[in-house]
Amino acid sequence: MTLLNTKTQSFEFTEPLSLSSGKSLSHYQLLVETYGELNASKSNAILICHALNASHHVAGVSPDSEDIGWWDNMVGPGKPVDTNQFFVIGINNLGSCFGSTGPMSINPETNKPYGSTFPVVTVEDWVRTQARVADRFGINAFAAVMGGSLGGMQSIAWGLLFPERVLNCIVIASSANLSAQNIAFNEVARNAIMSDPDFHKGDFYEFNVIPRRGLRVARMVGHITYLSDDDMAEKFGRELRRATGLSKDYLYSFETEFEVESYLRYQGDKFADYFDANTYLLITRALDYFDPAKSCGGDLSKAFEKILAKFLVVSFSTDWRFAPERSREIVKALLDNKHPVSYAEIDAPHGHDAFLLDDMRYHGVVRSYMDGILRDIERI
Amino acid sequence: MKQIIRSDFSAIARWIDPNTSLLDLGCGDGEFLEYVQSIKPVQAYGVEISDTSVQACIQKGINVIQQDLEGGLALFKDRSFDTVVLSQTLQTIHETEAILGEIVRVGKQCVVSFPNFAHWSHRLSVLCGRMPVSKSLPFDWYNTPNVRVLTIADFEALASQIGLNILGRVVLHEGKEIKWGKNIFGSLAIYRVCASQ
Repeated sequence: MTLLNTKTQSFEFTEPLSLSSGKSLSHYQLLVETYGELNASKSNAILICHALNASHHVAGVSPDSEDIGWWDNMVGPGKPVDTNQFFVIGINNLGSCFGSTGPMSINPETNKPYGSTFPVVTVEDWVRTQARVADRFGINAFAAVMGGSLGGMQSIAWGLLFPERVLNCIVIASSANLSAQNIAFNEVARNAIMSDPDFHKGDFYEFNVIPRRGLRVARMVGHITYLSDDDMAEKFGRELRRATGLSKDYLYSFETEFEVESYLRYQGDKFADYFDANTYLLITRALDYFDPAKSCGGDLSKAFEKILAKFLVVSFSTDWRFAPERSREIVKALLDNKHPVSYAEIDAPHGHDAFLLDDMRYHGVVRSYMDGILRDIERI
Repeated sequence: MKQIIRSDFSAIARWIDPNTSLLDLGCGDGEFLEYVQSIKPVQAYGVEISDTSVQACIQKGINVIQQDLEGGLALFKDRSFDTVVLSQTLQTIHETEAILGEIVRVGKQCVVSFPNFAHWSHRLSVLCGRMPVSKSLPFDWYNTPNVRVLTIADFEALASQIGLNILGRVVLHEGKEIKWGKNIFGSLAIYRVCASQ
């Protein structure tokens, strides 16, 4: 394990935040983890944006637990995003369940958890709160804002909302909006949660229950879409779940029969233990709503006119949740505007999950791109 | 550390005006784009399929798009680049007519270079019963990336057939320009073309 200069901080914000929905939050808290040192000119800051179920804990080992950061293979000393060179910030997004203000938090006005009253948040709302965190550090512009999947959407939103505050957007396994199929998967997941009798319309905290069954199904559906068909065939095939030495005959029952079922059930159970049902609804909704081209009549090229940042876009060949075609739409809209962009399409077997895995070509591309960012910083 | 510049680089670069946009198809490790950008300001992008070459371009700070040219140039709008370069790549593409149609769609002008199969040494080789292996065709028949072998005369015939306007031509051998007997003494042909109006 690498030694990392990890600092977890909590930032309180009392200036009201106007949300995309028209509602506002008068007071909120964000948990932030940082790695490396901010240089004197504050020009070496990298913001890492998290996706659905991750948090501010990007890299290293948590001081209070044994948890390794969710992107530890990407961020750290000597890693592609080298914390010996860069000051890296991870922020737990608003509405999450890992310490930042979210549906589980106590609403100071009612002294009860927000639950169903927590406002719907969007990718743009998150980006505005992230900008406030940058202000606290005195960071005028990020050298890069980087993320995969939903994190990549935040990176795009940075380029659009704060063109002068981000020099590079790194968008991995992402998309400029969700397809109908993608929204459909999210809806199945949400429906599983909302139809769980323990959900209580989002106010389950006061009943001391958790809509575990719904969360489990939501996670199972999600997990299927993060893996490729080949990956699942390779990992599980049609293997039956049996203790060694036991017969491989079918049991003719609805108990766990196949290995893949056991895997999904395990993933579902684990998820239900640590994730909040309302947060799941909020985050999948943020995914659904993201569509920067909407305000330009669906014309992404037009929406991208105002971008000033350079882009690195990366996709993975077997990712069908955020397929390479969706990344190419981003690339095309950037090219239409002659914005600087590089695009790598990594031939990897692991589906959408590939963006979290160690792959020499993928990490090589990011490392080379970061070298370029470093050269630009030194030139200034 | 001065790198050895491939002989067609300077010839191609002469046709590129400063402060214009440039798309290099099959850009390899980005040597040509790095060379052009070192002598004049251009807004440059490369297209490349190989993983290692894509990373090499990114390492050099060159914009590069990973894509197979056989699939066409759907990412690029009509007449969106001042110059499209297809440098020693034409002979590696199966869909010859399609790619030529695509480059003149995207580029206001295009530069196409390719090794001339009709160079006398290649003719001699075939006459002696063996496929040529030379500086301009440095592969054996069984491991060559070249899938289309063509000559200067072949290219000009196809150009007129598919409606390409030839705006200029330079023929080289070992870096020196060949003024006469081009299809015999030239080993590398460079054409400047555009779509006929």
